[in-house]
Amino acid sequence: MLNPSDWSAIRITAQLAAVTTVLLLLVGTPLAWWLAHTRHRLKPVWSALIAMPLVLPPTVLGFYLLLLMGPQGPVGQLTQALGIGRLPFTFAGLVVASVFYSLPFVVQPLQQAFEAIPARTLEAAATLRASPWDRFFTVAVPLARPGFVTASVLGFAHTVGEFGVVLMIGGNIPDKTRVLSVAIYDHVEATEFADAHRLAAGMVVFALAVLVMLYVVNRPAPERQARSA
Amino acid sequence: MSRIRLALLVASLTFTALAARAGEVAVAVAANFAVPLARLSADFTAATGHVLKVSSGATGKFYTQVVSGAPFEVLIAADDETPRKLIAENHAVAGTNVTYAIGRLVLWSAQPGFVDAQGAVLGSSSAFRHLAIANPKVAPYGAAALQVLRARGLADALAPRLVTAESIAQAYQFAVTGNAELAFVALSQVIGAGPSQADRRPLGGAKAPVGPAAWPGKPPMGSYWMVPQSLYGEIKQDAVLLKPGEKNSAAVALLTYLKSAPAQQLIRDFGYAAPGL
Repeated sequence: MLNPSDWSAIRITAQLAAVTTVLLLLVGTPLAWWLAHTRHRLKPVWSALIAMPLVLPPTVLGFYLLLLMGPQGPVGQLTQALGIGRLPFTFAGLVVASVFYSLPFVVQPLQQAFEAIPARTLEAAATLRASPWDRFFTVAVPLARPGFVTASVLGFAHTVGEFGVVLMIGGNIPDKTRVLSVAIYDHVEATEFADAHRLAAGMVVFALAVLVMLYVVNRPAPERQARSA
Repeated sequence: MSRIRLALLVASLTFTALAARAGEVAVAVAANFAVPLARLSADFTAATGHVLKVSSGATGKFYTQVVSGAPFEVLIAADDETPRKLIAENHAVAGTNVTYAIGRLVLWSAQPGFVDAQGAVLGSSSAFRHLAIANPKVAPYGAAALQVLRARGLADALAPRLVTAESIAQAYQFAVTGNAELAFVALSQVIGAGPSQADRRPLGGAKAPVGPAAWPGKPPMGSYWMVPQSLYGEIKQDAVLLKPGEKNSAAVALLTYLKSAPAQQLIRDFGYAAPGL
């Protein structure tokens, strides 16, 4: 039903979302932990910086990334000096863009989850001589589980839904940077509406399924108990 | 406060409606002709008092939008097929399609001296990593670029390096930022590139003179190969009156103006071949 190039777009999209989500969890967890506990004067500024992709049009991000990562841009000169080459039109470039683009969707749920853990719980663990790492991994992480679920799902789903940034820095290269949203755009542009429908309807079903799953998994505890009782 | 706002809203809507009657044309223009049209638009307004509201993009995108009821009154396309198709499908007025320009394709690089006069750089695999073309499915210049690559027997070899832009304007953008070393674009974009682009890049140090007079005839930045016409099908660029503009005399006037001697002279200055009148 789907042609090979559409399958390739699906595969690239899934890879991009998976890599981005893993990176975001690695970067976002310490960031969220710090934001949840810091009393730093500049905390509002950091929070605002992280939330920026929520309000900025993707074209702003795409435009600046294109200039920054280009041969004259500071990032482009750095990556070239490091022997990585230039990032626009590469899968790695899309990953970098997606990490920025989806950052708030991962950091914010994690931060809220960490903030919801009562300080007393961690203090109690400390009095039982749990080291900071121990307290984090055996107390905080399990308690923040719903936050991790939300962060992973939203980070993944939001990256799948990315369009404007990819359009501006991706270059639409099959098997490398041609993601699902761009493939749909191309089909619509070329008035291949049947192909566009197949992919677009798939995206609708995917988005609905993911969000329903998220709400089911993250049901408040009383609801879950009521069901099992 | 809401009553005042409402009154203002009604007033502004009325003005908008009046302005439309006083000679406003909603124009969809192919990306390669956007810069020349900006110049033509000023002259057209000076000559007739009518004002153009211009949207630029890929011709194929405009086709989809027009078929879906977009309120454009004139389409200035990058090909002759789209206007014909719109007439056949009753979205444009029969008999109004005119060839206003014949497009010329160039292989262009923002770097001076990078592209040689024969376009041999295309065949040297070590010279470049990315070649930007407009999407061949929707942009006539993209289709022409693909024909050139096929004619040179390079289509398969270069496929992994092709960066597909959504329109020829984006192909130019990829190359002007240096992210793609090469791009197939319209000659009009290269010699008509606005002063803003020339100023942004420190090329040769000398600052290009600012102002509309600097547009056509300005020494082109970078380097380019004028692709021989024999390597690709003629890019006849047609304009057509769309159904929403059928009763708008300003829209009809614009189509007439495109074929006028001063407009044709300006179109030639921007690097297009003149259509047989």
